[in-house]
Amino acid sequence: MPNVMIRKNDAGDLLFYVAKKDMEETIASVELDDAEQWGGEVELTDGSRWYIDPISPPPAFPTTLRFKRGDD
Amino acid sequence: MSALTREETQALIQEVLEVYPEKAKKDRAKHLAVNDQSVEQSKKCITSNRKSLPGVMTVRGCAYAGSKGVVWGPIKDMIHISHGPVGCGAYSRAGRRNYYVGHTGVNTFGTMNFTSDFQEKDIVFGGDKKLDKLITEIEGLFPLSKGISIQSECPIGLIGDDIEAVAKKQSKALDKPVVPVRCEGFRGVSQSLGHHIANDAIRDWVIGNRDGDESFQVGPYDVAVIGDYNIGGDAWSSRILLEEMGLRVVAQWSGDGTLSEMELTPKVKLNLIHCYRSMNYISRHMEEKYGVPWMEYNFFGPTKIAESLRKIAGFFDETIQANAETVIAKYTAEYEAIIAKYRPRLEGKKVMLYVGGLRPRHVIGAYEDLGMEVVGTGYEFAHNDDYDRTIKEMGNATLLYDDITGYEFEEFVKKVKPDLIGSGIKEKYIFQKMGIPFRQMHSWDYSGPYHGYDGFAIFARDMDMTINNPCWKQMQAPWQQSAEQEAAPLAASA
Ligand code: SF4
Repeated sequence: MPNVMIRKNDAGDLLFYVAKKDMEETIASVELDDAEQWGGEVELTDGSRWYIDPISPPPAFPTTLRFKRGDD
Repeated sequence: MSALTREETQALIQEVLEVYPEKAKKDRAKHLAVNDQSVEQSKKCITSNRKSLPGVMTVRGCAYAGSKGVVWGPIKDMIHISHGPVGCGAYSRAGRRNYYVGHTGVNTFGTMNFTSDFQEKDIVFGGDKKLDKLITEIEGLFPLSKGISIQSECPIGLIGDDIEAVAKKQSKALDKPVVPVRCEGFRGVSQSLGHHIANDAIRDWVIGNRDGDESFQVGPYDVAVIGDYNIGGDAWSSRILLEEMGLRVVAQWSGDGTLSEMELTPKVKLNLIHCYRSMNYISRHMEEKYGVPWMEYNFFGPTKIAESLRKIAGFFDETIQANAETVIAKYTAEYEAIIAKYRPRLEGKKVMLYVGGLRPRHVIGAYEDLGMEVVGTGYEFAHNDDYDRTIKEMGNATLLYDDITGYEFEEFVKKVKPDLIGSGIKEKYIFQKMGIPFRQMHSWDYSGPYHGYDGFAIFARDMDMTINNPCWKQMQAPWQQSAEQEAAPLAASA
């Protein structure tokens, strides 16, 4: 369950940054992303999947959240 | 030699790898790549931030070097104790040329070396008492210091000293920040982890110090310059451009910087990052906690300077945006004259770089402004995100090398035959003896600044005097020269 910092890049995409691993990837899709809640299954552009219980109301970015690996 | 094709570059890498044993070959192959601008994610073509192979020659530093030498060292009004044996601090003292103003030994301490000089008994019985005494002594001798940082060397972590306890006690006694930094040299694979540890220490001990204190008058145009270490005065030649644009530079990190500047940084409107590798962690933290946006900028060469000035201005209102144009216009005649003077002398020359945090990609634009071409580049301690940012800057089919070994670098140079190499002091004399012009690109070979428009003039002059130095024609003993070679210098001097 790594701590992940989510922030917006200049183009407005969400970035998924794991400081411990020095991994920075763009988020390709988020399962739930509306006025009510944010989260669920998150897929990155490198194809990996992560999961977070939906947060309501949606958090303000940048923020640090705990994700689970989605593929297991 | 004309530029290599993709296949030729690939073949060159294969050829160089040939001498390694099977396992080493497999490992090193991952760190060498042919650049392909269409690749979006560098991890697909190059591996970085891995442990160097035992037995090869690497030029990496240690975590202590990353923390004491890079991030903390240039904070001029603090005293940074190299805690442990004397060598780590003594041999790295004042070599980096990060300039500052102040009276050394009175209110600034940048070029001094403070160490606890561990002896055998300190290793056996622990060094906490010594550290405590040392801090008291420092306070007596240098009462104007604004704070103290304890930079751990290898033994501290090995013998399990409790420097945090000492720091806490002394911080209370002196009423000054005393910051313990756990940057023992054995941590991580290179100095890079030292940067991260140093950033975390700043986050924990410095950044929050002025939370809730509103006595500082904030302005709408406050910015902080982060990750400019003022090598040869770099930060000064950058700062004037920002100030001419109408921005107020509240803090300079950490070249010529002070503790109080750092404490005020969370109050600025925008953090400007020069060295992304060593300071991105703290910038991300400030963005999350204080909502201060950050951006990377590049002040090498007029093309990149103009690009960066406009991007910085984009964060502010029209006044600043108009000012940015005025600043660019003001210096246009100046840099055009420089290009007119040096470009004909440097046009088409090929450069290979191998440096540290940001220069392998940031200086490319400055070389291109002079009509030169960077045919190979690499980092000592970069991570994937650095290579992501490099791929687009480099031409197709050029060489990328990560944590290159002494052998590989020499072989590449023999085959690629660049007209100039920009790297560190450890490479300098090898390549000069091979007869190749060389610039030391860590501390600008005793020159600088290279940032900003003023710096570009010096950069262009330095490259010219290195490449076109007559000494490169004297590499052969006179009796070994052919008749026409002998005639040439005579004709030139006549
Ligand atoms: S690796 Fe350890 S002993 Fe060597 S310079 Fe770094 S801190 Fe000192």
